This record gives sequence, C-alpha cells and structure tokens, in this order.
Amino acid sequence: MIRRTRGFSVAMASLGAGVLLIGMGGCSSGGGSNTAGQNTNARGPITYVQGKDNNNVIRPLIDQWNASHPNEKVTFKEQSDQADQQHDDLVQHFQAKDPNYDVVDVDVVWTAEFAAKGWLQPLTGQFALDTSALLPTTVKTGTYNNTLYAAPQASDGGLLYYRKDLVPTPPKTWDEMMADCSIAKSHNMDCYAGQFAKYEGLTVNAAEAINTAGGEIVKSDGRTPNVDTPEANKGLSMLVDAYKNGNIPQQAITYQEEQGRQSFESGKLLFMRNWPYVYSLATTDGSSVVKDKFGIAPLPGLDASKPGASSLGGHNAAISQYSAHKATAFDFVKFLESADTQKTFATKASLAPVIASLYDDPTLIQTLPYLPTLKTSIINAVPRPVTPFYPAVTEAIETNAYAAIKGDKTVDQALKDMQAAIKAAGS
Amino acid sequence: MSVTSGVSADDQAEQQAQASPPERKQGSTLRKGEGRLGLYLVAPTIILLAVVIGYPVVKAIVMSFQKDPGLDKATGMFVSGGSAGFSNYTHWILQRCGTASCPPGTLGAEFWDSVGTTFFFTAATVIIEVLLGMWMALVMNRAFRGRALLRASVLVPWAIPTAITAKLWYFIFAYDGIANRVLHTHILWTGGEWASRFAIIIADVWKTTPFIALLILAGLQVIPADTYEAARVDGANSWQRFTMVTLPLVRPALMVAVLFRTLDALRIYDLPAILTGGGGGTGHSTTTLSILVVDQIRGGFNSAAALSTLTFLLIFLVAFIFVKFLGAHVVQTQQRQQKGTI
Repeated sequence: MIRRTRGFSVAMASLGAGVLLIGMGGCSSGGGSNTAGQNTNARGPITYVQGKDNNNVIRPLIDQWNASHPNEKVTFKEQSDQADQQHDDLVQHFQAKDPNYDVVDVDVVWTAEFAAKGWLQPLTGQFALDTSALLPTTVKTGTYNNTLYAAPQASDGGLLYYRKDLVPTPPKTWDEMMADCSIAKSHNMDCYAGQFAKYEGLTVNAAEAINTAGGEIVKSDGRTPNVDTPEANKGLSMLVDAYKNGNIPQQAITYQEEQGRQSFESGKLLFMRNWPYVYSLATTDGSSVVKDKFGIAPLPGLDASKPGASSLGGHNAAISQYSAHKATAFDFVKFLESADTQKTFATKASLAPVIASLYDDPTLIQTLPYLPTLKTSIINAVPRPVTPFYPAVTEAIETNAYAAIKGDKTVDQALKDMQAAIKAAGS
Repeated sequence: MSVTSGVSADDQAEQQAQASPPERKQGSTLRKGEGRLGLYLVAPTIILLAVVIGYPVVKAIVMSFQKDPGLDKATGMFVSGGSAGFSNYTHWILQRCGTASCPPGTLGAEFWDSVGTTFFFTAATVIIEVLLGMWMALVMNRAFRGRALLRASVLVPWAIPTAITAKLWYFIFAYDGIANRVLHTHILWTGGEWASRFAIIIADVWKTTPFIALLILAGLQVIPADTYEAARVDGANSWQRFTMVTLPLVRPALMVAVLFRTLDALRIYDLPAILTGGGGGTGHSTTTLSILVVDQIRGGFNSAAALSTLTFLLIFLVAFIFVKFLGAHVVQTQQRQQKGTI
C-alpha cells in the first residue's frame, strides 16, 4: 500500500503535468498546398460560420437566402460567443482543411493571420468585389499585402459619450476635454475613462491616442514598427499625463468596456470613450441615471480641424480556400454585403453598416440616432495593425502602454520597448 | 493506511509458498494463462492511454524541436520553419528573441517572471491552506452539535467550479466591489502588483482549504482514541498531544494532501486567467506558466510546445523531489509505527 501510494503519486504528478502537453499535441503548423484555383466554379450547399447570433438576425436572413436558392442552401454553424474560442475553432477547421467551412466570419484583427496562412480565398479575378460603395477604412481591415482577402461585413468605431447637462458643447480636442475636467471636479465626479485594463481594449485605446496625435503603430507595409517617434510620444503622453494628474481616475486602470459603462450610467463619469453598444443600454437600463442627460460626439482630436482617430472593430466575411463550392460562397458573401442585408444587421442587431450611404439613411438614423457621429468616427478611423503576428503585436502594445500609464516606465522607454517588441514579433 | 492488510497479504503468500511447493508448477502455468488474460484485459486501457496521452506528449516534444512558420517577405505567406534544434528552448530559458534578448512586451521576456509567480503562488497557497486546513480538520474532528452541518458547509467552496469562484471574486475585488467597501479602502485589487497576487491567493485559499481539511480529517479519524488516552495518562498537555501524537500519526495523510495541492497549484490557470487575466502590476504580475503557454499557442504552436515541455519538466522535478524526500518520510513513519517506536 505504501509503495502503491508512492507510485500512484508519481503517476498522478506526471499525468497532471502531461495534461499541459496534451493540449499541444493535436496542433501542427499550417502553410502548404495552394488550393486557390480549386472549386472556383462549383456550386452547391455551403455552410456559414459565425460567432453566437445574439440578436437572432442570421437565421432569418439565411432562410430568406435558402428560399430563393433551393439548390445552394446555406447551413448556419454557430460558434460560441467568446472571440478566442471562435478564433481557435476556425484555426482547427482550417488546419483540418475542412471543406464544410465555406464562408467564415473573421474578426478584423485575424484577417491577416488567416490570409498569410493561405486559408482565405483572395477576392481577386472572378471573386473581385466591388468595394466602391463601402467605407474605405473598413476595406483596409480586409486587405493584406495589397490583396483583399475578406469582405467587410460589420464595422465598429469609438464614440465619446459626454454629459450634455454638464457640458453643453462636447470638446473637439483633447486639450478642451482636459480643461473641462474642472467641471467634473466641481461635481465630485471622475473626468475621463476608456478601456485601460491590460487586454485588447488597451491596444485599441493606446492606438487611438497615438494615431490621433499623428503617429502610427506600423508603417504602411503593415510590418515595420514605427512607434519610436515624437508623434507617438505625444499621443501616449496624453493618456499618461491624464492618468498622472487624476483626470483619468486611478481605478480606470482596471476598466474594460463594462466597468466604464457602469460608472457612466451611475453618473460618476463625465466623459467616456466606448463603442456604440452603450448607447441603447444607457438610454434604457433601469439602473442608468443619465438616460436623457448624455450625448455622443466623435473622439476628440489633436486640434479642432480633425476629430480623433478611432480604432476599428467589426467583422469581415471570407471564403475558405478549402470550400467545395466557392461560386456559391462568393454569391453568399455578396448577399451579406448587399444594402438590404446591411440594413437588417443595423436595425435588428445594431451592427454598424459598412456601406457609406446607409449612414445618411433617414429611417436608419431614426432607429440608431448615433449613426452620423459613428460615420465621422469610422471615416477617420485607423485600423489596428493588419499583421499576421497580431497576438504578439497587441501584447507588445498592451504591456508597454500599461507600464507607461501606470508610471512604471517613462513614455520614451515604453515606446522604445514597444518598437523592439513589435519588431521581435515578426522575426 | 492499511499497513496490516499489506503485511497479512505478504504473510499469506509466504505461507502458501511454503505450504505447497509441489503445486508450484501447476500454479505457474495457471499464472501464465492468467497473465495472458490479464494482458488482454489491460490492453484496451493501455492502447487508449497510448493514443490519448502517449501520442500527444511525444508529438509535443517532437514539435518543440521545429521552428514556427516564418513569413516569406516576398509573398507575405507563411512558410514552414524547418528544424529548430534547441532554439525554442533557449528562446524561453535564455530569453533570446532572434539574436537579441527579448524586449519587454514579448512573451519570451516573461518566462522567468512567470516561473517565479507560479512558485510563489504555490508556496504561499499551500502553506496557508495546510495551516488553515489543519485547524479546520481539528475542529471538524470533535464531537459537537451541528458537526454534520459544519462538515457539509465547509465543502461548499470546493464544490463551486473554479471559473465561477474566479468570477465571484472578480466582482468582490472590483474597485466599487464589496472588498473595498467593507475595508473602506481604495485598493486596485486587479491592478496592483501585490494586491492582484494577494487577491488570487485569497480566492485560492478560500476555495481549496476545504479539500486539504477533508484529507487531513480522513487522516485524523484513523487515529485510535486510546493513543490520546494513553498520552493523557502519561501527563501530556494538549500541545504535547498535538505535536507528539496527532502530527506524527496524521503525517502520511498530510503529505499526500500537500503533494496533490502542490502539483495542482503549479499548473494553476483558471483562477488567475479569469480573475486578473494574468495582469496586474507590470502587466504580467499574475501570469503563471500555464497562462503563458495558452498565450503562446496563439503566437506559434512549436514554441508553445517547447514551453509546455519545460513546464512539464519543472512540475515533474518538483513531484520527484517530493516523492523522493517527503515520500521517504511517509514510509519511515509507518515503519516506525509498525515497530511501535512512536
């Protein structure tokens, strides 16, 4: 029995440790055969893959498609509502060259990775998509190496939420907003918060500050880092200084979208950078004390002539290289891009359209009053770096921006480290 | 522990062997048949284990010696990286990114910090949990009204899935959360370097102490009451009874509990991943080795395979040390018990 206990313990120990390894074994590296030219004219049933359909908008659309395409029916494969899980699910199916993942919905920041792995059908030649009606910044998110790989499907941009009862005219520049912080102080409120916890939201906010100040994260080739510049320094310093002098409250370093929203809705925050989804919640939530007391504006810029540069959220629709019926898949992508579908997305699921003209549609503006402001935000937006090494790049931005905001390192040092870390990401 | 049954089984075998030498041949052929039958019976398990454990482990080790796919600068496409030698391992251990050392903001630069964090969590949680667990077990071992209720309610934290525990504590430790209100503090529990670490230790202790307490309780219950009576007759006070009767006799159960908890704590992932996202302080103050592995998986499988192999070796080493040194104590204790020297 004694012996057995001992052996058993060792066995348990190795088993436990081995579990870590087991997670790895199933994965193998991608790359490989070129299937771009296959099945390009084939038609037949296909599958559309997307994350959880919270507003039940996809199924009715697919029913509509299926009614008019009896021989090219679309099946809906619904993933979980977690972005990481959706990403990993797609990677696994692409690695398995699954012909049943025909049209996939990819987050804007995954597009480059999937394209560089050779998993996405380039939208060129017979798959060329007319992008003239689309917002140009959204097209950039689907473009890798000067080739369009994914069709913009839904967009998203940052907005400035402000208390119109306390600040009658929203600030146009960062400096104006900082000056307005005296109002917050006199009402015993916090002044400004965005998403500054160390996660993807911080990359979004840091990139916005850097881009607004005229800097850039990577050069136009999408690979070469360019954050060790005076402009980037100015941008990151805006956040760092505001955190230091208390205009950004100290607890904002733990804020994701929801904590900021709760603080704003409970009337404790004067200005907030957040996504459009907050609009309807802040107007309807029972706990919201600011229901008719807040307004929205474009993000503040460096000077009054140009609003701030938002980062872009949203999703793109792409065709898998391994699809057996690419012609049908392409038709379905065009269906997702059509003005009617985009309108349905906007009204039923509050998804920001990618077609520019829809932002001026009076009936849409009636249901989504923030559309004109959002249009300004998205037109002036800068996509996050379109790089196949996005996970490492975002880690480099998050970690160093976080250290700078907290005051653990100087802005200069943080940007030098960020530059080096982004460079290391691509090597 | 069933020391006596082990001894008696040995005795029986010996007696049989002595009593019936002529039957040996027959017995051994019977054994051969049994052996083959046993093999057949065990085969499915062995095959299953080889497929679901052996293959992935070997595959991960093979992968760890291959380079992650790199980008072909001309086409912008990934091409497979070829053999890596030990470069994936030196990347982590020596923190080399290419030819330079890894700059802050890369996962490579976080390796030794995560090793430190993981071991710190392990040491802190196991020590606190054992002390509290021992106390709880001693309380539960007494006879009093409502003992069954206490024993059941102690189990509640252990019964709650870790992911939910983590989310509960996430709300408690929010800036506007209960912890700060009750304590009248303004601590950034998920943002500060030590605050975030203590937040995780507190949550882990809350959840896992009952497990240790129950293992110790099981050990306490096999201690015969007459040993205490004898000690009392000899004039031992309660502290002496604890250190000279309870502790030595409960030690085998205690060691098993410590071993299990240590190995468990070394692979801790879910609690910090959900409670702090591995963040806090410098941005990775609560990143444990397992969190680092999962982060790396999205950045390259082969490098992640090397990291998980390293983690495996580290945990294995700790387990080995434990069994080698503390396991020996288990044996000694029981041998001494057998001889009646304690």
